[in-house]
Amino acid sequence: MTKAISVATKTRQIVKKHGGDKSAMIAVLQDIQEAFNYLPKEALKTASKAMKVPFSRVYEAATFYTAFSLKQRGKNIVKICVGTACHVRGAAALQDKFERTLGIKPGETTKDKNFTLETVNCVGACALGPVVVINTDYHGQVTMKKIDKIIDKINEGGA
Amino acid sequence: MVNLTVDGKNISVSEGTMLLEAIRGAGIAIPTLCAHEAVSRSGACRLCVVEIKKGNRTRIVTSCLYGAEEGLIVDTKSDRVLNVRRLVMELLLARCPESEVLQKLAKELCVESQARFAADTDKGKCILCRSCVRVCEEIVGVSAIGLFARGSQKTVGTPYNEKSDVCIGCGACVYVCPTGHIEMTSTGDKRKIWGRTFKMQTCTKCGKFFAPVDQLKFISKKTGVPLNELTVCTECR
Ligand code: SF4
Ligand code: FES
Ligand code: FES
Repeated sequence: MTKAISVATKTRQIVKKHGGDKSAMIAVLQDIQEAFNYLPKEALKTASKAMKVPFSRVYEAATFYTAFSLKQRGKNIVKICVGTACHVRGAAALQDKFERTLGIKPGETTKDKNFTLETVNCVGACALGPVVVINTDYHGQVTMKKIDKIIDKINEGGA
Repeated sequence: MVNLTVDGKNISVSEGTMLLEAIRGAGIAIPTLCAHEAVSRSGACRLCVVEIKKGNRTRIVTSCLYGAEEGLIVDTKSDRVLNVRRLVMELLLARCPESEVLQKLAKELCVESQARFAADTDKGKCILCRSCVRVCEEIVGVSAIGLFARGSQKTVGTPYNEKSDVCIGCGACVYVCPTGHIEMTSTGDKRKIWGRTFKMQTCTKCGKFFAPVDQLKFISKKTGVPLNELTVCTECR
C-alpha cells in the first residue's frame, strides 16, 4: 500500500462516512487528523473535492482551529499549558525544561519523530496547575523532576 | 416605508434599507472601508458606527449592517460615535501604516497615529475585511483565496501560499480591496497576481491585450459562448 493512494482513499472513506456533507467539514477534518496525526495537504485537497467545498474554505477551517495541525507531528504530543493559572505556577520554567530536554521549540517535532511540543492556553484544569498534557494523559502539579520521569517512561515504553 | 430620525432630520426609507444607505440618502456622510456594493457585508472595518436610540436605551451599531427601524433615533456625530470611530481609525492606522487610503482617511477624520499602538510592519495594507474573498466566491465563483489562520496571524492569500489552479486572474479582488493591498502587475502579454502569471489575450479588432486567456476560457465554459467570440475587447464590441 503506497502512502499516496492511502491518503486519498482514506480521506474519501472519511468523507463518505459523514455522508459527503459539507456541514460535517470539521468532523471530517478531525477524523483525518486522527487517521494521520496531522492534516496532509493531499487529504485536504481530496476532502475539498469530495465535499464540493472550495479548497480555500477547507484550508481556512484547517488553519483556524489550533487543534488542527498542518505539519507532521510526533508519536507523542506534549502540550504545556501556559494559561494564566499555569503561568503563575511556573509553566514558563517547565516549557524551558521541555525545550532543553527534547531539543525543540513549541510547534516543532524531534528528529526521531517521537515528540511534538505544543503550548495551549488553559486546558480547564487550573486547580492542578501547572498542567502538562501528554497525548490524552493529564499531568498535574508538574515539577522539573517529574518531567524527566515522564519522558523516560515514554521513551522506554513507546519507542 | 419606515420612518426614522437621523441627526434630527425626519426621513423615511423602504423596508430593509440599511442605516448606512438611509443616512447617506439624507445627505449625511459616513466613512466606510469595507461596505462595497459588489459583495455581501462583513461589518469588518467598524468605521461606519453610529449611535441609535430605542426608547431609553442608546447603543453603538455598525450602520452598514443595521436595518432601518420605525421610530429609530440615529445620531451620527455624538461624542460616543466620534470616540469609537477615532479609536477604530487609530487601530487601523497602526495595523497598516503604509496604506495611503488609510492615511488620507485618517487625515479627513483628524486622527493621528498613536504611540501607544505599536505599528505593525508585516501586515501590508490588508485590514482583513474579506471583501476580496467574498467577490471571488460570490461574483467570480472560483473561491481561489481566503483568510487563513487566526488572530494576529491572520492573512489573506491562496491556500499554502501556492499558485492557485482555480484563479482565473480576473483581478476582481484588486478592484474591491479598499486599501490597495493586493498586487497585480500587467506587462504586455502577461499579468501577475497571487504569485501566478497569466497569459493575456489580444483583442482581435484593436490588437490590445485586454483579459487573461484563463478568464475568457472560464467565461466561455460558464456561459456556453464559444471562446473565439469572446476575443474582442469591450471597447471594440
Ligand atoms: S486584501 Fe483588501 S479586500 Fe482582501 S481582506 Fe485585505 S483589505 Fe480586504
Ligand atoms: S491555566 Fe492551565 S489549566 Fe487553566
Ligand atoms: S462599512 Fe460598516 S463595518 Fe465597514
